[in-house]
Amino acid sequence: MSQLLDWISQPWPWYVAGPLIALVMFSMLFFGKSFGLSANLRTMCSILGAGKSCEFFDFDWKTQTWNLVFAAGLVLGGLISYLYLGYEPAANISETTISELKGFGIESPGETVVPLEIFNWENLLSVQGFIFMIVGGFLVGFGTRYAGGCTSGHAISGLSDLQPASLLAVVGFFIGGLLMTYFILPHLLVM
Amino acid sequence: MKFLRYLLIGTIFGITLAKAEVISWFRIYEMFKFQSFHMYGVIGSAVVVGIIVIQIIKRNKLKSIDGEKIIIAPKQFSWARYLIGGSIFGLGWAMTGACPGPMFILLGNGVGVILVVIVSAVLGTYVYGKVRHKLPH
Repeated sequence: MSQLLDWISQPWPWYVAGPLIALVMFSMLFFGKSFGLSANLRTMCSILGAGKSCEFFDFDWKTQTWNLVFAAGLVLGGLISYLYLGYEPAANISETTISELKGFGIESPGETVVPLEIFNWENLLSVQGFIFMIVGGFLVGFGTRYAGGCTSGHAISGLSDLQPASLLAVVGFFIGGLLMTYFILPHLLVM
Repeated sequence: MKFLRYLLIGTIFGITLAKAEVISWFRIYEMFKFQSFHMYGVIGSAVVVGIIVIQIIKRNKLKSIDGEKIIIAPKQFSWARYLIGGSIFGLGWAMTGACPGPMFILLGNGVGVILVVIVSAVLGTYVYGKVRHKLPH
């Protein structure tokens, strides 16, 4: 048992993670559901009463309970790996990435799961923290609903089903992601 | 109890993305800079296996546990919606380093402040719902 635990406590290579993600998608389909996380954000709006002022959120959110439970499983999975599966915050990122980010003032790139100098409670009060966390989160929530899905719904489910709309959405993900990473992040990181 | 299965699948998904470093902000940055194959390997192999799975389901007309036909809801094609909406999502993804799945995993993984990002994403979804009639789709 402890050998098994040691074994799964190592970082998992991409060729283990990718097929497992496909298996997760298949499991959801097999149980008659879909694999898409961003729908939960819409459900949360509905739970908070947004249906009263906006028909987009006017639906019986209880029919989406299965997806909220799925999201709760994600939190639990994160917690289990944090507590029991040899939590190792370091990501084995490339040397190029490390030296580049050091140049932007990130002290120990890859050694924590997020850059702690940006993602912390105190920094929320700074312009930089506000942009990264509040504006960033807003864009994710707005964009994902506008595009009708996120990475799980479009990049995994939609592409697996060879849907042109999902391919276009993924192209969009990269247009936004590349613009941000190449042209905007260099300024935001050094604020 | 009938929801327990989704909790279990979610837990497996959460552990997978945590152990494969997909929840790392740095991995997303590295991906958008094309400095490593890792993220492309994760998403690419998921899609390749996914395509095979979906083809098997379709060719054998496999049914779900309730005896219903298994389908992935077809998205009606349009340019504006996916290109503009997708790009807005991409901007946020590169900033926060987290899409809607990893946000929840990070919360369990000890990054409490990600809660702010989640709340803000809910707000973004709400604002989309309010202004969607004015947007090109």
